[in-house]
Amino acid sequence: MTQILIVAEHDGTKLNPSTARCVTAARQVPDAKVTVAVLAAAPEAIAAEAASLAGVDAVLTVAHPANAQPLAAVLAPQIVALAADYSHVFGPSTSFGKDVMPRVAALLGVSQISDLMAVDGSHQFKRPIYAGNAIVTVVATAGQKVVATVRTASFDAAGPGGSAPVTAASPNVALPTHTRFVSKAEAKSDRPDLQTAAKVVSGGRALASAENFKLVFGLAEKMGAAVGASRAAVDAGYAPNELQVGQTGKIIAPQLYLAIGISGAIQHLTGIKDAKTIVAINKDAEAPIFEVADIGLVGDLFQVVPELEKLLG
Amino acid sequence: MRKIMVGVKRVVDYNVRVRVKPDNSGVVLDGVKMSVNPFDEIALEEALRIRERGEAGEIVAVCIGPDDAQQQLRTALAMGADRAILVKHDGLLEPITVARALKAVADRESPEIIILGKQAIDDDNSQATQMLAALLDRPQVTCASKVEIKGQTLVVTREVDAGLETLEVDLPAVISADLRLNEPRYVKLPDIMKAKKKPLDVIEFASLGLADPGQLKITHYEPPKARAKGIMVKDVAELLAALKTKGLVS
Ligand SMILES: Cc1cc2nc3c(=O)[nH]c(=O)nc-3n(C[C@H](O)[C@H](O)[C@H](O)COP(=O)(O)OP(=O)(O)OC[C@H]3O[C@@H](n4cnc5c(N)ncnc54)[C@H](O)[C@@H]3O)c2cc1C
Repeated sequence: MTQILIVAEHDGTKLNPSTARCVTAARQVPDAKVTVAVLAAAPEAIAAEAASLAGVDAVLTVAHPANAQPLAAVLAPQIVALAADYSHVFGPSTSFGKDVMPRVAALLGVSQISDLMAVDGSHQFKRPIYAGNAIVTVVATAGQKVVATVRTASFDAAGPGGSAPVTAASPNVALPTHTRFVSKAEAKSDRPDLQTAAKVVSGGRALASAENFKLVFGLAEKMGAAVGASRAAVDAGYAPNELQVGQTGKIIAPQLYLAIGISGAIQHLTGIKDAKTIVAINKDAEAPIFEVADIGLVGDLFQVVPELEKLLG
Repeated sequence: MRKIMVGVKRVVDYNVRVRVKPDNSGVVLDGVKMSVNPFDEIALEEALRIRERGEAGEIVAVCIGPDDAQQQLRTALAMGADRAILVKHDGLLEPITVARALKAVADRESPEIIILGKQAIDDDNSQATQMLAALLDRPQVTCASKVEIKGQTLVVTREVDAGLETLEVDLPAVISADLRLNEPRYVKLPDIMKAKKKPLDVIEFASLGLADPGQLKITHYEPPKARAKGIMVKDVAELLAALKTKGLVS
């Protein structure tokens, strides 16, 4: 049997939805027993959430004050200790998983499979390279531990309905003190979360100022959508960094992606390839975004967006 | 004075639209423009700025790659690196092997700060920094958008999914550069001439005595699924109608 350990992502109190997506990926591995590990200062409530996911067979908790913030150097040796009993270790391909999982892989002496997007077998997977312009099939050596980050946009979240047993573990490892958490600046908003929203309204360089970018926020609010942005819009300071969509930003898969004044550079498109419906508003009929758009409108966003907002009532 | 080591990878230029070979054995690389990985340029630029503030001495650029990567190392020297080291290896390299080779170089060079790009835009693996830090048993800070040196520590702000996070780490440390850390300088012609005289050592990968485990095999390349052809609408009313048909607005 294949034993898969999933490293849970959480904010100290709640499970991040990326974990439920990892569960779905893990369940696609034939004959897998799926265990979720929650490393936190106080893991109980998070563990209960993980235990209630369908497809989770067991939950492990590691309670330690040093786990209050997700520091890769602190978490990795604990995960490595837990991993002894597992053939596979999965984490989400989010900023959390991308930070900690390669450190785990290195300590285990293996390369990681980054951004796993399809499971072909217990040791065969697909992943994107070149900003998604090629998909490769990767085969891991039998008998080697498989460490992977799961491309969350490729898998639906596992639903409720589980009732896995929760066990406390206390790996006996020395934790480094060379890395210390200082602070966090998180934008608090009532808007839907970009990574999980069903609809996303995204703005590009064409918005031309932070003031104008409010048009995007306004339309998103009217549509009940999350807000995204191109790199150009973030670099110019029209939108905060956590809204960047693309190869080096967030990879998302909403039902609707509405791109406003975004040209459609390769690096941007790789972040939205899995969107169900892509709508593009751009004044340049030749813009590459129209090559991937399901619905395109050539027009000036400064006329189109207010009109759209008005018609939406 | 503090030494900084910077990673430089030779990759397909970010403007190239990479295509899969018809026989699915790889991607088309013949005659394609090659460049320094954009994130590595940012990493080097940060090293240069640290030195310009008087907080570092020597900057060593290191590449694990083919002989042709000397071109990219020359670019790094032209930007301002003092020395370059090429660990020569042809063919595909796994992340763990790259990290082990970088560690071998770091063991010889003993840099206090190592800056790599947060990912290479060819294989998009995003593993080298974390792995190197693990192998060195030193701190890592990935996706840095601001780096400050305070005595024997680094205070680094990093871009994370929820916003920004600031960490303090003891030196030596390994960090990876994100897009907004800085904007790399342009190389000027006189610098290119000067770079020709700077030292560039070539080390054979085999001489490092590292096992190249070959744990992951890429067996097949395919293009991504194409999206179905879309429609163009002529005005906002039509757009709204199309969205309603799909049930995307009420
Ligand atoms: C290493 C690397 C990583 C990168 N990662 C990312 C990433 O993760 N995400 C990302 O987005 N980019 C990324 N980029 C940048 C990417 O290459 C593009 O530069 C960027 O996406 C362009 O943003 P944009 O479409 O907003 O701007 P532009 O390309 O400048 O496009 C603006 C568009 O707006 C249109 N327009 C102008 N005025 C109007 C108007 N009044 N009404 C309607 N339309 C108008 C124009 O026709 C144009 O198509 C990366 C680049 C590199 C090198």
